[in-house]
Amino acid sequence: MHELSIAQSLLDIIIQEVNKNSISKVTWVKLRVGKFTSIEPSCLSFCFELLSKDTPAEGAHLRIESVSIRGKCRNCQEVFEPNDFLFVCPTCSGQDIEIINGRELYIQEIEGD
Amino acid sequence: MKIPVVRNILEVNERIAAENRRIFSENKVLVLNLISSPGAGKTSLLEHTIDALHKEIRIGVIEGDIQSNIDAKRISKKGIPTVQINTDGACHLDGNMIRETLNSLNLESLDLLIIENVGNLVCPAEFDTGENHKIMLLSIPEGDDKPVKYPLIFRQSSVLLINKIDLLPYVDCDINKIKKLSYRINPNLTIFEVSCKTQEGLSQWYRWVKKKVNALARKKSQR
Repeated sequence: MHELSIAQSLLDIIIQEVNKNSISKVTWVKLRVGKFTSIEPSCLSFCFELLSKDTPAEGAHLRIESVSIRGKCRNCQEVFEPNDFLFVCPTCSGQDIEIINGRELYIQEIEGD
Repeated sequence: MKIPVVRNILEVNERIAAENRRIFSENKVLVLNLISSPGAGKTSLLEHTIDALHKEIRIGVIEGDIQSNIDAKRISKKGIPTVQINTDGACHLDGNMIRETLNSLNLESLDLLIIENVGNLVCPAEFDTGENHKIMLLSIPEGDDKPVKYPLIFRQSSVLLINKIDLLPYVDCDINKIKKLSYRINPNLTIFEVSCKTQEGLSQWYRWVKKKVNALARKKSQR
């Protein structure tokens, strides 16, 4: 249930941006969430709905874009999507893999009036 | 009106964790964030580690629990500076909770600070507290499928202690499967097979801790 903490951080950032940009009502917020985070999107949306009551973000829809995991082999530079989180290069069987996608957890865009 | 905002949602936690890391580094304290499921043996491991090392290394402990101070009482019996954090429902410790305890700990007089996180394999993986290493404990009765079920914590940990190996004859758990899957998720993982009950294998873990504490002290004295 750490989604509650994450929803609170998300709301704090939205309120800061809303104040900076003189927005009175947020309609949607676009997020990028990697598949190698332990975030459950429906749980995040539920917590956000609870926390955003009586704020300019009340009723705002979270557009959560999921980002697949991609690893890059440090040996042969191959970029691939690992199966079942097993980070083994399909080309050279190397195991020194840099995670280049999948750990995203950020706000990309806010729309409001 | 659309506002492009590229901001990390955990930016506040990450900023506080970075400040914690700077404070720990200035005080030459090695900080280990101990993470496992409830009941895997974190507090027992701490008790043994304190007994084995407290004469050579000055140790402090931060105990994280949702409720109660049972663990802090167990640890403070050892005469070790111990601070209890009750998260009142939260499933993990974060950078700010650790920050707030730092006034109660005299970091200058410590070589090693061990943070015992809330028992949970999911949420603590996502929240940096400013530690040097995440140390993960997995016990044999939990089963050999855990690396693929909770890959993030296996990827982020520096050490995996496989605990309760004294129970291997009694449970269906393939320790080689745990090791194989863990290495495929994180080839840099250091794995120790231990039993806090019989103390088998613990001496290798103590050596790892001592080596890390000494390396940090040496690096600092060269500055």
